[in-house]
Amino acid sequence: MSAKALDYDQINENVKKAQYAVRGELYLRASELQKEGKKIIFTNVGNPHALGQKPLTFPRQVVALCQAPFLLDDPNVGLIFPADAIAKAKLYLSYTSGGLGAYSDSRGLPGIRKEVAEFIGRRDGYPSDPELIYLTDGASKGVMQILQTVIRCQGDGILVPVPQYPLYSAAISLFGGSLVPYYLEENANWGLDINNLRQSVAEARYKGITVRAMVIINPGNPTGQCLSIDNLKEILKFCYQENLVLLGDEVYQQNVYQDERPFISSRKVMLDMGPPISKELQLISFHTVSKGFLGECGQRGGYFEMTNIPPESVDEIYKVASISLSPNVPGQIFMGCMVSPPQPGDISYDQFIRESKGILESLRKRAHMMTDGFNSCKNVVCNFTEGAMYSFPQIKLPPKAIEAAKSAGKVPDVFYCLKLLEATGISTVPGSGFGQKEGVFHLRTTILPAEGDMPAIMESFKKFNDAFMDQYGNNIGYSRM
Amino acid sequence: MRKLEAHRAKTLIRNTAVSLLNPRRQSSSSSSSSYYYTSRLARFFTSLPSDASMASDNSTPPITVESLNPKVLKCEYAVRGEIVSLAQKLQQDLQANPGSHPFEEILYCNIGNPQSLGQQPITFFREVLALCDHPTILDKSETQGLFSADSIERAWQILDQIPGRATGAYSHSQGIKGLRDTIAAGIEARDGFPADPNDIFLTDGASPAVHMMMQLLIRSENDGIFCPIPQYPLYSASIALHGGTLVPYYLDEATGWGLEISELKKQLETARQKGITVRALVVINPGNPTGQVLAEENQRDIVEFCKKEGLVLLADEVYQENIYVPEKQFHSFKKVSRSMGYGDKDIPLVSFQSVSKGYYGECGKRGGYMEVTGFSPEVREQIYKVASVNLCSNISGQILASLVMSPPNVGDESYESYFAEKDGILQSLARRAKKLEDGLNNLEGVTCNKAEGAMYLFPRIRLPNKAIKEAESLKKAPDAYYATRLLNATGIVVVPGSGFGQVPGTWHFRCTILPQEEKIPAIVSRWTEFHQKFMDEFRD
Repeated sequence: MSAKALDYDQINENVKKAQYAVRGELYLRASELQKEGKKIIFTNVGNPHALGQKPLTFPRQVVALCQAPFLLDDPNVGLIFPADAIAKAKLYLSYTSGGLGAYSDSRGLPGIRKEVAEFIGRRDGYPSDPELIYLTDGASKGVMQILQTVIRCQGDGILVPVPQYPLYSAAISLFGGSLVPYYLEENANWGLDINNLRQSVAEARYKGITVRAMVIINPGNPTGQCLSIDNLKEILKFCYQENLVLLGDEVYQQNVYQDERPFISSRKVMLDMGPPISKELQLISFHTVSKGFLGECGQRGGYFEMTNIPPESVDEIYKVASISLSPNVPGQIFMGCMVSPPQPGDISYDQFIRESKGILESLRKRAHMMTDGFNSCKNVVCNFTEGAMYSFPQIKLPPKAIEAAKSAGKVPDVFYCLKLLEATGISTVPGSGFGQKEGVFHLRTTILPAEGDMPAIMESFKKFNDAFMDQYGNNIGYSRM
Repeated sequence: MRKLEAHRAKTLIRNTAVSLLNPRRQSSSSSSSSYYYTSRLARFFTSLPSDASMASDNSTPPITVESLNPKVLKCEYAVRGEIVSLAQKLQQDLQANPGSHPFEEILYCNIGNPQSLGQQPITFFREVLALCDHPTILDKSETQGLFSADSIERAWQILDQIPGRATGAYSHSQGIKGLRDTIAAGIEARDGFPADPNDIFLTDGASPAVHMMMQLLIRSENDGIFCPIPQYPLYSASIALHGGTLVPYYLDEATGWGLEISELKKQLETARQKGITVRALVVINPGNPTGQVLAEENQRDIVEFCKKEGLVLLADEVYQENIYVPEKQFHSFKKVSRSMGYGDKDIPLVSFQSVSKGYYGECGKRGGYMEVTGFSPEVREQIYKVASVNLCSNISGQILASLVMSPPNVGDESYESYFAEKDGILQSLARRAKKLEDGLNNLEGVTCNKAEGAMYLFPRIRLPNKAIKEAESLKKAPDAYYATRLLNATGIVVVPGSGFGQVPGTWHFRCTILPQEEKIPAIVSRWTEFHQKFMDEFRD
């Protein structure tokens, strides 16, 4: 009897090759322990609501009303919903043909896309075309759609920062392309050195790879760095010279915790540079409702915006979008609420400001708490979280620990993270899941645990870490830094 | 000057190297060896000043149509294809200039999108969803006056199954466990055989689940997937996108679109002779676009066939609640296999369900699941891994899937209104199916099989030779030509049969049964009028 189609050795190799550590070994082990009754603190994924962050009130009111339009006919609806939420719900329902339950345009509701374009226009000072904005079930789906369109074969390479968010490596694997890494400089606050880029590209080409696109994550994940205008200019020039399409993952644009380098979009910098770059460089920018202060991960709302993409290619991208019919409509409503929030004078404005500011201020505090906490630990060095939602401390593992990991059949940072999990219940993601320089180890945690819980968590980590370092000796000479 | 010389030298050497190695080299990446040599030469130039950086071997910009993934270029999806673009343009004309066309509105009969044509959602479902979207109001006394008591109770139940009651958090990548438990219970109640919540993967509609399975199964273009012809073009598109080969099996129009095992055997043999490894069999039951509901005996034959030939059975059952004829019933393939004595070890089977169809018609929510049974833990891990890259499907859609699989029961406060809404919709669909079927059958040269289930009619039209020639002269498929003429004359949008596949030389179109009941007579009369004129124009 011949092999069955779904036998393990009969399935697509690209699937087997793909890895996604964020929900990999550590997470699975943490889930097991949780089932056995251990208290787990999940800091493996940027999932704010799972750690107690509350949703903003206004978008939830609007979506609930859109979900149950019969409420709008009820005379008592004003008792539990404010007038501006009611008005917004009516507006958004008018954008649809048939309410939340009908497939929308495959690119998303035109009314919402117009609001996204207006948001981008206000943010950057340049108009944006709603026809080139596609709403998607989360930014991840958009990233996957674009990568699928660009990657033709294994000879096609995509430049990805290391460390990176492993959606990129997984997607490139799944689509059968090649990941071309460019290393960020830990010593320079995870800054981008253009020479690293050139070197990566040259090495790739030497191996016969056609480099097609470059991914930047700004603010960075897991590294948190916010790119400077000069850095962005260098990157844009580089992509222009090398004919690369720039994929700008900007999902953390509202999560910035320092004031020296506020967020500035790649599109704005590009347009500021004027022709020829502004007219010719191909750029696709991604955003989401999952991060920022909304944190609405479970809604799966996102978009990508295309700049300087030829119309025939846009048609192909549209075609692929149409096969999935449409992005989920409630997620689109959340997107509308995100880009068109309550304005001064609106009934819900004060609450909106209070809620959103509260979250951002707390995140900024926690970014500091965590960075300082890690830096107070033995053999741990941590760059400040300038933006995004993560801390990515370097763990200087002593040689004895590395040996112990080897004997246990584990990658060293996985070994450390598993021990950390078992001792403290803190579930992190080992740095190897994101990529790092050879022999240098990290872990990624989020800055999302509640502010009140932070001191205890950092205390618990320090206790474990310092004991671990004592146990395995703290010799020098193993670090690359 | 020096820069220019260096650049010329570079170009000369590169082009020489390239032409020596591969005289027929195209601009897109072909043989890797030519790139190897070209890039080796490039190495010598990386030490040049940064302004003279090595230009990419591809001097064309990356995202021109010529350099896109060829699989993307190859795939098609007619449901939202050319005819729809034309319809949208006409709609814009009407908005800008009413009276610019001989009809008042565009009637979209191209897509199974019930709520866009006036179908109302099930109240109970929307109550629960609204409460889960904004749980804060559950604490307010006024809420009792606005929502039914059992919707409030169900919302609490669901929220208690979500860690922290956080409906905005990413869930488990297979979907919230408690909701999967509910769905498994619903499957068991439907089939009489148990379902394991760990076999369930909640997805953003059934379509992403189909994509996942294609990705898993297709390794190269030598891998084939059996698809019914006519088929819902998600399958052909997905197979193309993942680089596989579609292996057709023809449904028999003469016998109400019956599925013959002999046809399966014949096509399997043909494919194998061509060196194709056929990996899976797609069955859509009830059928799309054909609407047939398989007889249980037929289903048993299919299960045996898959078992014998080592095929994964991919059972698209999204229309399981759309059956309009009393003599047919829905039997899931899971139930059929289990009642034949085939368990988890015997047959790999993936069953797809969605919240988009049935009587609930919640297309825009993107809710659905696949139940994956009969394969090893190692493969399960791979499916989980792929699901985890996207983190999870939208929570509201997950909740809705659980509601669809466990609606109000007799005795619940909302049961009567729920049942009235459900029954009203299903009865109306049955009436509309009949009315449209009769109307189409009355057209000259048109024969229309009964829609036993699903949401579509797929009539065959015998086009006169003159019409076919006219179409050919316009470089259009004849059925697409008819559909375009129909649209321009009446505003009715249907999808040409060529978008679904058909026996060569036959022509069809797919029309949904979804326009509001009161519009059906006008649709039929306008169509009849157009058709008569068309036949007068082209009659042989």
